[in-house]
Amino acid sequence: MANLRSSISIAAGKGSAWLTRRIGRGGTALPGLVASTLDPHLIGKLTRSLPRGAAVVTGTNGKTTTTRMISTILQHAEWRVLHNRSGSNLIRGLAATLVQAASVGGKLPADFALFEVDEAAVPAAMLEVQPRLLLFNNLFRDQLDRYGEVENVRRKWVDALKQVRVGTTVLLNADDPGIASLGLGLDSATVLYFGLDDEEGAHDMGALQHQADSLECPVCRTHLAYEAVYTAHVGRYYCPNCGFKRPTPHFRARRVLLHGTQGSTVLLSTPDGEGELAVQVPGLYNVYNALAATAASMTLGLTLAQVQAGLAEFKAAFGRIERIAIGDKSLLMALVKNPVGFNEVMRMLLASEDRLHLLILINDLFADGRDVSWLWDVDFELLTKAHELAAVTTGGIRAEEMALRLKYAGVDPALISIVAGDAPTARGKTHLYDTALDKALASTPTGTTLYVLPTYTAMLGLREVLAERGLVKQFWEDLCS
Amino acid sequence: MQLNIAFLYADLMNIYGDRGNIITLQQRCQWRGIAVTVDSPTVGDPLDTEKYDLYFFGGGQDQQQVAVSADLQRGGKGERLAAALRDGAACLSVCGGYQLLGHYYQPHNSAQLPGIGYFNATSRAEADRYIGNVVVESEMFGTLVGFENHSARTYLQDETIKPLGRVVVGKGNNGRDRLEGAVYQNSIGCYLHGSVLPKNPGLADWLIERALHRRYGAVQLEPLDDSVERLAHEAAIIRAKQTK
Repeated sequence: MANLRSSISIAAGKGSAWLTRRIGRGGTALPGLVASTLDPHLIGKLTRSLPRGAAVVTGTNGKTTTTRMISTILQHAEWRVLHNRSGSNLIRGLAATLVQAASVGGKLPADFALFEVDEAAVPAAMLEVQPRLLLFNNLFRDQLDRYGEVENVRRKWVDALKQVRVGTTVLLNADDPGIASLGLGLDSATVLYFGLDDEEGAHDMGALQHQADSLECPVCRTHLAYEAVYTAHVGRYYCPNCGFKRPTPHFRARRVLLHGTQGSTVLLSTPDGEGELAVQVPGLYNVYNALAATAASMTLGLTLAQVQAGLAEFKAAFGRIERIAIGDKSLLMALVKNPVGFNEVMRMLLASEDRLHLLILINDLFADGRDVSWLWDVDFELLTKAHELAAVTTGGIRAEEMALRLKYAGVDPALISIVAGDAPTARGKTHLYDTALDKALASTPTGTTLYVLPTYTAMLGLREVLAERGLVKQFWEDLCS
Repeated sequence: MQLNIAFLYADLMNIYGDRGNIITLQQRCQWRGIAVTVDSPTVGDPLDTEKYDLYFFGGGQDQQQVAVSADLQRGGKGERLAAALRDGAACLSVCGGYQLLGHYYQPHNSAQLPGIGYFNATSRAEADRYIGNVVVESEMFGTLVGFENHSARTYLQDETIKPLGRVVVGKGNNGRDRLEGAVYQNSIGCYLHGSVLPKNPGLADWLIERALHRRYGAVQLEPLDDSVERLAHEAAIIRAKQTK
């Protein structure tokens, strides 16, 4: 039960949420900041009252999608899930989710809390939330200006896991050596793995990619050897020196059929038997998300049948993968935020039969990463191979840098249009998404799809434009739905 | 003509899009009909200094820099690299690579890493990191723009080694003397990621010209249409000034 201090901070948090709404900005973390400043232990107090406990999901890519999948599956099985749906995933974002849902007396209208958590916030979230389930999806090169080197993030996780509460289940991606090795010596927790077996070798890229960040054995620092590579440093690996190798997964995708931009079918093997999983979102990276969500849901006690039924209802989070009809054309928006994620999105697009019409929106605000160097690690050279690129418009604050990257990837400059974006104004809005969108739509023929690849803040900006045109709901409406 | 490039320790020292520099060198040669080869000699590999006229040495994570420093100390490899550079081979080094071309890099809480002593410079890590856009005014290259992300402070030791330029936006070598980078013979050291060469094509062409000159004598590089490069260069400078 909440004490007076908690009640005051919940009320203050709710007040600031109301105020934010009134001002009309989609701010999602302020109420949490207000409430947790007034009562620093509020998160723990509130989550401890939940009969089914809490889970934390982290990783460089797929946090939001995986968490949404788990939430969909659990809700389909009639769990009452509290979830930071907006993707506001720092500690204050977790507090905001709880405060907005709680009554002033501290009662939550849920029996389970599910949080996606920013990589850097994992140690604090573990302490505050005390989750019964911790899921680590992957660790890739991301916004180095924010997180520092990849190995630093991993080291923080290793240290945090030393304090893990006895009886916690830790779910790890067996195919990512930096993640799988988190399970070594973790005796106080139950460690379970998920991974892709790809028995027919359909998804092996044959060689390590240059973006691979985990080339060395996490135990003895020898170069790892790979029997198969699915993306970046993710695959079937072993250390030729110390014997560290990919653990055998408890939850395995035995066979994966990718259906272009439509989704995929996965043959799963789990401790509860085998079955087919229909994944409604495209790309091998979403197969991993679905596999992680399956493993998480089943670890929480659901059956494979419940997972299959729940996942069939899954829709992607705003901007992650979103289809929108615009007159007689359609728009498919897929968020891009780091080299591995961008490559995976391109692999998915190249699997479609279309001549590609692209709109790429690159911003360099804090949430996007201020350093655009990462664009030079993305394999845009893929666009010049195999498929015909019909037209590409670049927009956002760093539209010119993106165009330059495409030129050096070998894309014919005649196919590239630059719509220079303005920097943020005092109102915090970036302009010209509408111009960029119109320009890209103009070069997209009737009956075809414009693929829009925005960074995070560009996605929010574009979504505002789409909302003004009545094509999608406002951001905060999505939050409250 | 053929340009042979060594991308030193590409598997270990390739962070913050440093690979964009290699792509740029390759394309700007190919667009001019100059053949290019790129090898990536790494830890334990021999270094054929007869073959290469252009070296690229990028930045890496601390842990990798330890392995690279040790490799350069083994079997005189670092000495051979330094001799090649003294002999006029061209080189671009960024961040960790720049540090290891100097006398040493002193990390924050661990043992000093010896460099190859080609640049008369030393580097020492401090607690806070310099992260942000950088604009440099260079006598040789005009305005240069990039993004820095380093905790090391680099100090040039005497007048024979020149700075690449003066910092207009950002911190540069050490945040104190307002200098950024180093130029010595045909080698450049700097803290400019971004990647630096695509949006500073004059710097890229200088490296190509110096490298070809060593093997073929005076060469005149054909001018290229750099309109997109200029747009990206200008946009990056505007952005740097907005965010400083």
